[in-house]
Amino acid sequence: MSVSDPQAGFAQAITRPRHRPFILRNPSVGVFLICLALFTLGVTVLSEDYGLGLISTSFVKTLGKTLCLCLVAIAMDLVWGYCGILSLGHFAFFGLGGYMIGMWLMYARTELIVAASMAEAPIPPTPAEITDAIGSQIFGVVGASDFPVVWMFADSFVLQMLLILAVPGLLALIFGWLAFRSRVTGVYLSILTQAMTLALSLYLFQNDSGLRGNNGLSGLQNLPGVQAPQSLVSIWFLWGSALALALGYLLVAWVVSGKFGSVIRGIRDDEARVRFLGYSVEGYKLFVFTLTAVIAGIAGALYYPQAGIINPAEIAPIASIYLAVWVAIGGRGRIYGAVIGAAFVSLVSTWFTGGQAPSVDLGFYRIDWVDWWLVVLGLAFVLVTLFAPKGIGGLVDLLTWRRHPDRHGADLGPDQGSLREEEAET
Amino acid sequence: MSTLLEVSGVSVSFDGFKAINNLSFRIGPAELRAIIGPNGAGKTTFMDIVTGKTRPDEGRVIWGERSVSLLRMSESRIAQEGIGRKFQRPTVFEDQSVHDNLLMALKKPRGPFAVLFYRPESPDEARVEELAAEIGLEAALPRKAGELSHGQKQWLEIGMLLAQEPKLLLVDEPAAGMTLSEREHTTDILRRAAETRAVVVVEHDMEFVRRLDCKVTVLHEGSVLAEGTLDHVTQNRQVIDVYLGR
Amino acid sequence: MTRTRPAQSCLALALALLCLFAAPLSAQDSIQQVLQEHREVIEKSSRKTIGAAVDAIAESGLPQAQKVLEVWQNKDMWQREGDGLFFRGEEIDRDTVRLFDFDSGEDLGEFPDDDLDQLKPNSGIRAMIGAALVRFQLADPNPAKRREALDAIARDAEPSHLKALAGSIEDEPDPAIRAAKERMLRLLTISYGETDAARVEAIRSFKGDLGVDVRGALNPVLTSRIVLADAPPEGNVAREITPGGSQLTVAAAHEMMVSAGMAPNQPSRDERKSVLLENIAEGRVGGIPVAELGSEEARDRAYAALAAAGIVPAFTPGYSEEEAVQQAGFYEVYDEPSQAVTDAAQETLTSIRTTVGMNQALDLTLDALSLASIYFLAAIGLAITFGVMGVINMAHGEFIMMGAYTGYVVQQIVPDYTLSIILAIPLAFAVTFAAGVAMERLVIRWLYNRPLETLLATFGISIALQQIAKNIFGTQARPLTSPDWLDGALVINDVVGISYIRIAIFGLALIFLAIYLWIMNRTRLGLETRAVTQSARMAGSMGINPDRVNMLTFGLGSGIAGIAGVAIGLYAKVTSELGQDYIVQSFMTVVVGGVGNVWGTLAGATLIGFLQKGIEWFNPSNTLAAQTYMILFIILFIQFRPKGIVALRGRAAEA
Repeated sequence: MSVSDPQAGFAQAITRPRHRPFILRNPSVGVFLICLALFTLGVTVLSEDYGLGLISTSFVKTLGKTLCLCLVAIAMDLVWGYCGILSLGHFAFFGLGGYMIGMWLMYARTELIVAASMAEAPIPPTPAEITDAIGSQIFGVVGASDFPVVWMFADSFVLQMLLILAVPGLLALIFGWLAFRSRVTGVYLSILTQAMTLALSLYLFQNDSGLRGNNGLSGLQNLPGVQAPQSLVSIWFLWGSALALALGYLLVAWVVSGKFGSVIRGIRDDEARVRFLGYSVEGYKLFVFTLTAVIAGIAGALYYPQAGIINPAEIAPIASIYLAVWVAIGGRGRIYGAVIGAAFVSLVSTWFTGGQAPSVDLGFYRIDWVDWWLVVLGLAFVLVTLFAPKGIGGLVDLLTWRRHPDRHGADLGPDQGSLREEEAET
Repeated sequence: MSTLLEVSGVSVSFDGFKAINNLSFRIGPAELRAIIGPNGAGKTTFMDIVTGKTRPDEGRVIWGERSVSLLRMSESRIAQEGIGRKFQRPTVFEDQSVHDNLLMALKKPRGPFAVLFYRPESPDEARVEELAAEIGLEAALPRKAGELSHGQKQWLEIGMLLAQEPKLLLVDEPAAGMTLSEREHTTDILRRAAETRAVVVVEHDMEFVRRLDCKVTVLHEGSVLAEGTLDHVTQNRQVIDVYLGR
Repeated sequence: MTRTRPAQSCLALALALLCLFAAPLSAQDSIQQVLQEHREVIEKSSRKTIGAAVDAIAESGLPQAQKVLEVWQNKDMWQREGDGLFFRGEEIDRDTVRLFDFDSGEDLGEFPDDDLDQLKPNSGIRAMIGAALVRFQLADPNPAKRREALDAIARDAEPSHLKALAGSIEDEPDPAIRAAKERMLRLLTISYGETDAARVEAIRSFKGDLGVDVRGALNPVLTSRIVLADAPPEGNVAREITPGGSQLTVAAAHEMMVSAGMAPNQPSRDERKSVLLENIAEGRVGGIPVAELGSEEARDRAYAALAAAGIVPAFTPGYSEEEAVQQAGFYEVYDEPSQAVTDAAQETLTSIRTTVGMNQALDLTLDALSLASIYFLAAIGLAITFGVMGVINMAHGEFIMMGAYTGYVVQQIVPDYTLSIILAIPLAFAVTFAAGVAMERLVIRWLYNRPLETLLATFGISIALQQIAKNIFGTQARPLTSPDWLDGALVINDVVGISYIRIAIFGLALIFLAIYLWIMNRTRLGLETRAVTQSARMAGSMGINPDRVNMLTFGLGSGIAGIAGVAIGLYAKVTSELGQDYIVQSFMTVVVGGVGNVWGTLAGATLIGFLQKGIEWFNPSNTLAAQTYMILFIILFIQFRPKGIVALRGRAAEA
């Protein structure tokens, strides 16, 4: 007997998609890279120092920061949209990356300042005197002067840059190993990651955490030994962020394109089935969780020098929730969705909370957007979850008139995993 | 006859309810076996134990020529050892194409890094097409699995099992919800598969079991009630009691 | 005395007769006489000499003595310049004073103050007078006065009190005050007892006593000093001390040796550096170019060169203070000479410490119980919505906040705190019940069986509700005042105490547990809820309306959150972030306890409450750290019991 299929001939004709080059199989990657390049070029041309001066330095910084947020959103999309792990801890990894680069920036700059001030002393300082002076300069604010153990590598640029990868990566590896090993899934995992984030931020809030408590690390916008004005530095960071975003996009697109992508989407949709196919689900989750934590760390390391300051409030659980909100509004399960969501929501948020948005006078009450924006965002998020689970990215499906949308069963929500009933099953 | 899988003296209980009670069972390397039994007889729990989903309270599960115990292995490790399982409800990855579903199931290294750098080569593509032909889905390769009919999904799942090249296939109610012609096709696939490997089919439908024409094991209240040809067991007094009610 | 009135002499006679029978006969029969004897001292009013006058008045044995001392202390004693007599005076106006005779109490009439001097004892003298007054107050007929006197002794004990106290015990009619007096007597004996044996006995009698006053009396007995000596010195030696601990640092020990001339004074690094700075000559110090002084070793060489030239005191590089202090002996010597007394005091303090430790453990247990009840209150609503229905509501914390704000608003309208709390509880329930039902109808029912989506949507609601609360009530904390009868604490002893509010919250938690069990196991709604949870379709086919049941159950869980909000608001400040502070812990409580079982929630709350208090006990200064470690513990705990403390197994767990 045979299965008669009216589409057989047509299907035969378009089969074998696998032998074409990566970039042709994933046209969205090319489109995105071109858009990003044009954007970067445009901002450079319009900036103060390199071009027409139509864009202020502070706005260049906002745009550069937005690129970093897009990068962490991509990481979030990989771990949540593709692998089905709703992590509420990725902004913690982002913050850790920021702390790691902040330690070096602060140490190196303070070292220069201390050296300059000591150069005028009648006799040259000893190395111990320099270290003491840097210590009391950095930690005076929390009433200490000795360097905590965590600053061990702060004097070495190379080692501290490696810590940007290692610290978020290791934390994710250990936490992920514990969580996945005991088969914590679904909302339980989300709550557990949120607890991890809360624990980390509470820890950093302490004065004796060694990272200056709630003062955080500051003055990060000044690159040690660089005399260039901020208007130049901001453009350099914009380029750096754009490059990191492009590489991150390529990496994630490559990871999800092949069989690995099939497996992790399989894990998202039906974890048990993947397990019975012989794949060790835990290993895959751990790989994705750790990889995305490292990407988030890199994004944070590029973000905070542009923001200038990092403190524990940055990694409060609510920040990771906003990250999920961006990705959901942009449309999860497609990389460009995460980028669109992060860029759109964060820029619109900046606009509304920055006080630029005109207030609405209702006669009896005046709606001040600085106060009411979060209410709108929260409710918009509820509406997106209810009525447009594919997010803004879903519009792309409409625009390209696809016969088969990127996703199947869109009426049920973006993915099968969200339908799972047995969350705590082990 | 050599033994591929031997289950002996296995018991498991949930909150005092004994789902499996001192069950013993064995199957050879190339054998087709049907397991029948009323609801709650422990058929699905039996499969859960063999595939590592449920840990028994006592008993042994011995596998293969090297006689290793399956009890301490994870589900994925057991699957890699060569035990494939088909669930009652068709579970294929609806979001992905038939091609990708089969490719994922192909017997290849399963580690994350090996998979990350894996790119399909011609023999793999050929094998996928061969499997698709075997289950009658060669025309549907680029389609999403979610668009297939219920029967086609069942076949795709069987195809994925075959792609794993398991030594033992556990199939849970493969014919549920199928049309008559689809059933015939399913029977053909299973019987062909049983020529080279062990196949255990759990089924309610006596007609389907009869068509399989193989040795039958009857489960009741968590242990084996009778074993033999279908005609033999259906004449067993106890089996009749259990099925018709006392 | 210039004239003697008949009445006055009669009174004096009567008093003298009275004294003859009631008290030991005294040499004087008039207090004025005593005052006149010490007139010069009183006029001089110097702290050094006044003691004799105060004592003489106090020991005169005259009943007027107390009154005189009180008047004197209150700066109401006046002296007539003309004859030097003392009177009690009342100022009528700026120039006029009404005088009273001390002995007779007679009103002598008004006098202009030109001829009068007011005696103004300074605070030191007033304290001495006060101490002398104590003996009278101890025998005062008014029990309140007697208690005041005891309090005065407790504040500021003196050796003289010992005798006065001992004398007053026998005539004490009130048993409670008598016991207090006896206890005070023993306390005074510790410090001022005449014989060591009496002191030791008094010290031993306080074994295991929790009173702060006991420790206050014992600690001075054990004060000590550190003595540098080669052999154990004279006196009551407590122990030999090895420098390096917190009691005696190496630096301090070395300092002692230097001042005793037993060790050379080594200039510190900073001192040496300033010496080098002072001796820079032609770009060189001690022959070494200044530019080369960037290392400790080069600086040592430069300093050694200066020392060799005899310009500065010698310094031995590599000199070790640790080694130097090893050469000497350090002894801790008690200020108290009697070893028997210090031994007894040590022994008693040790036994008190044990008792205090046990009581602290009890106090900690009570604290932990009350924290556990707060977590339980915050989590029990979740136990219904999350545990039973499987709906994850991240806005649960905001419902708690809404309950607390409802309480605040009610208090703005109803000023009576008791009444407002009684009104607030049902109102909070109603408000959050309505909010819960609205949320269930509008959002959650579209998302059943999609927990991650529910989580996200309720996040959105949580963000919006928090900001709305901020817009309405502002960012500063709003008070929710508890009624008077909930103020204060139940004090069991000096260590163990628990505030009534915490007891009330504990009671409330128990009530909620009972209500929960009653609703789930004894009512139609509970039955239907359990049915719908297990299989909505099956329940539906049996005539249960799952929509209605879900709505009511969700409303119930939310309503309970509202009541919990009122309780938590009484205990903590009401802010828009109130709920956020509890939400993670609440989920932890439910998850750790085991989903779908209220006993699990109870166990989870107990575990988390005790854990947090336990960690705080190890590190009391740092609640942030306690929370950090608690969360880490929970993450680890879930490794070993992924399904919580009370786990359901088998098919029921997967339903």
